[in-house]
Amino acid sequence: MAKTHVTMKVNGAEVEGLVEPRTLLVHFIRENLALTGTHIGCETTHCGACTVDIDGMSVKSCTMFAVQAQGSDIMTIEGVANADGSLSALQEGFRMMHGLQCGFCTPGMILRAQRLLKENPSPTEAEIRMGISGNICRCTGYQNIVKAIQYAAAKINGVEFQEAAE
Amino acid sequence: MIPGPFSYHRPATVADAVKLLSTLGDEVRALAGGHSLVPMMKLRLATPEHLVDLHGVAGLKGISRKGNTVVIGAMTTQHELLASDEIGKSLPILHETALLIADPQVRYRGTIGGNVANGDPGNDMPALMMTLGASYRLEGASGARDVAATEFYQGAYFTSLEPGELLTSISIPVPAAGHGYAYEKLKRKVGDYATAAAAVVLTMADGKVATCAIGLTNLSETPLLATDAAKAVIGTSLDPATLKKAAAAAVAIMSPAADARGPVEYRKHVGGIMVMRALSRAAAGAR
Repeated sequence: MAKTHVTMKVNGAEVEGLVEPRTLLVHFIRENLALTGTHIGCETTHCGACTVDIDGMSVKSCTMFAVQAQGSDIMTIEGVANADGSLSALQEGFRMMHGLQCGFCTPGMILRAQRLLKENPSPTEAEIRMGISGNICRCTGYQNIVKAIQYAAAKINGVEFQEAAE
Repeated sequence: MIPGPFSYHRPATVADAVKLLSTLGDEVRALAGGHSLVPMMKLRLATPEHLVDLHGVAGLKGISRKGNTVVIGAMTTQHELLASDEIGKSLPILHETALLIADPQVRYRGTIGGNVANGDPGNDMPALMMTLGASYRLEGASGARDVAATEFYQGAYFTSLEPGELLTSISIPVPAAGHGYAYEKLKRKVGDYATAAAAVVLTMADGKVATCAIGLTNLSETPLLATDAAKAVIGTSLDPATLKKAAAAAVAIMSPAADARGPVEYRKHVGGIMVMRALSRAAAGAR
């Protein structure tokens, strides 16, 4: 099958590559660009581990072809940290609130939560839970992930984070 | 899980898309949001030789109101429906239903055209479109035609779309001001298809049901319009006995498949309960 030349912006840098039409975006990101923070969990569009941000949308990169991303602006977990290399509010939140165990779902969780907070900077707990309903954690549960997102929301909004009473 | 090989096409106009769909042979598929088709391709349950990606066709986007009709372009995503003030004002049941489809990532990509055209009995929008009296514009090599949603679904994944035809937009008559609505969906978990779901749009006058339409999702090979159930509630105040009668009339036309969501009897039983819940909530919201 003839390959197609694609160009796109990933984490602020122009990238290019040759792909078959059937090449999934997640494979292009992991294999052509060697950005392996974007994970493949289920391959059936359920788990959300492959979530990246494309042109202002959270997208499961296992359910889109790389050719479809031609010309688009993508952020992966490798582009999430602050410009000076320090952790972003969400990364810090996941660290401080123990929002991860094995860490496999974490890149997708953080990319999804980042878009959620851009659209809704002060979400309720219910809104956070609905907002990350396309991302599955199989270690334990979502309590600390929710706390991590609440921590980041507080930090972004410049208010003090207060843990809800158990 | 990588799809089989295919040729990729990205037309810029409806005319070019139709031309590709009608000249590339039998193994051609239109690619909308892709959140049904791409997983099927990864499982090799779908192996199209050609994909016609509709994302470059600007003419398939957008939501507009023309008189008492809302016209929604086929490539409008569930996310865009949820963000639309026009939909929130004229057709709030679309907001309620879109929020129950899959999860946020899928709603960013998934389109209303793909949802209604795929013919999957598990999709939520088709029963809603039948309930609202919507019609679909189908464009093919020999021109355009409009087909009522109630006439469109002929079997599981089998619709009245002819080879080479493309569903380009959906026209929905705006329900009367003050109408009540509800989409009640039972599912096992977030993101799942319905075990059973019911859509209700009704109007009330002097405490009694004046008009009513009831649609059913995933309770047969196609979405269903429960006309006898709707007739049973007209002129009543939806007392418990009437609700039971309506549920029984709806259950009588259900023929769901037994699957991981439950055996046939269970799915019919909860289907009846969804009808009662949707009727009660729609009536409570009517003004």
